[in-house]
Amino acid sequence: MFKQQNYLALGAVVLVAVLLLSLPQRATSRLKVAVASWFLPLFGLASAGQQLPADLADNLLPRRELLKEIDQLRRDKEQLRVQALQTTAIQRENDQLRGMLDWQRQSPWRLKLAKIVTRDPANWWHTVQIDLGSRDGLTNNLPVLTSDGLVGRVSAVGIYTSQVVLVGDQNCRVSALVEDATQDMGVLSASGPLDTSLVDLNYLSSSANIKSGQNVVTSGLGGIFPRGIPIGKIVDAQEVEYGLATEARVKLNVNLGAVDVVWVMFP
Amino acid sequence: MNVFNTILILAAAFLAVFGEAVLGAPRNLLGAQIDLLPALMVYAALSSDMVTVSLLAVAGGLWFDSLSANPLGITIVPMMAAGFPICLRRDLILRGLPFAQLVLGAAASALVPALTLLFLLNSDRQPLIGWGTLWQLIVMAAGGAVATPFLFSLFGWCGQALGYKPRIETSFRPDREIQRGRKQHVSH
Repeated sequence: MFKQQNYLALGAVVLVAVLLLSLPQRATSRLKVAVASWFLPLFGLASAGQQLPADLADNLLPRRELLKEIDQLRRDKEQLRVQALQTTAIQRENDQLRGMLDWQRQSPWRLKLAKIVTRDPANWWHTVQIDLGSRDGLTNNLPVLTSDGLVGRVSAVGIYTSQVVLVGDQNCRVSALVEDATQDMGVLSASGPLDTSLVDLNYLSSSANIKSGQNVVTSGLGGIFPRGIPIGKIVDAQEVEYGLATEARVKLNVNLGAVDVVWVMFP
Repeated sequence: MNVFNTILILAAAFLAVFGEAVLGAPRNLLGAQIDLLPALMVYAALSSDMVTVSLLAVAGGLWFDSLSANPLGITIVPMMAAGFPICLRRDLILRGLPFAQLVLGAAASALVPALTLLFLLNSDRQPLIGWGTLWQLIVMAAGGAVATPFLFSLFGWCGQALGYKPRIETSFRPDREIQRGRKQHVSH
């Protein structure tokens, strides 16, 4: 009798798992968001806990240091303001020239700041959750970046949080361009499960002249990432497929393991 | 069934999943995040009943998958696969021995991710695997092995601190107390 109850429990658990896995995609993502929302109160606690040492450090910092920092920030702000003026002038000129050539005008990037709240607990995915959701206007496939370069794209959207699949995950393929004379193009894919700072650049032509240290940026192909977002630098390259193609390793500009604030780019 | 113990195990699973999602230090240092759910499953299977094991498999699996890119529910069966045989044969296991806890923790911590990966590879998902996955499995097994005896101590302490203390029966009974000294004779 006791053993029968045990096997009934096993059957019930397997049944629940099978039912969940056979739900339609839409229902599963809704259910996932609902279950993940249980953790929302803890996100606040965690961020408060992370903020506490910083607040303590601020309180311990001498006033002179703070004034010095404020002075430095003011200088930086002035410098950035001048740079912004220059950028606006260049943008205007670029728009005029594009208008003369009858090219489509480039729209400026609209960005929204987001904080990374959790990382994927499973080792076989490279995803993070950010604190922006559908109520902030997020939709699937929006590019995510930092000032250093590309981070990934939005892969699932909840009301308050969204999932971002990082560069280097199998589900985040990026069409990339090597900034050399021939502008060789390839596709970024995962390098391995351990080192998140390196990714592979595949499908480069066999005649590609790839050298260590060259910059890699997004090519703009694929319809998700606009052209020109920095990705990283070439580490090394080798011929593959019996010399028919070239494959390169790229060191990402962004330290994906340490980043905690990102920008979501809106179209 | 001790409801308090079940609630404690589920609360620990909830916090463990949250901790794994928030704390990146093990991943940055060792290249893999240590999963505490299999270790908790070993504790639940050795100290509680099949209902608790089933609840932990379902709730823990759902919580884990909700914060991960895993399909929802894929971790439930691997968790149950780790807990069910231990719970079924727990009378044959020297569950009080830290070495037994360590070995079971290591086995469960390697089995759960390996089975999950196997299920993922059989679905249309593309998990990130390679030779490095072996290292990750070793780290997870070692982490789970170390965590299991620690969890037993922690839950033992929690049980003592928060649970009802067992009533201690003493051999003293006032109605059987031997009265020493001279007996008082009652004269009729």
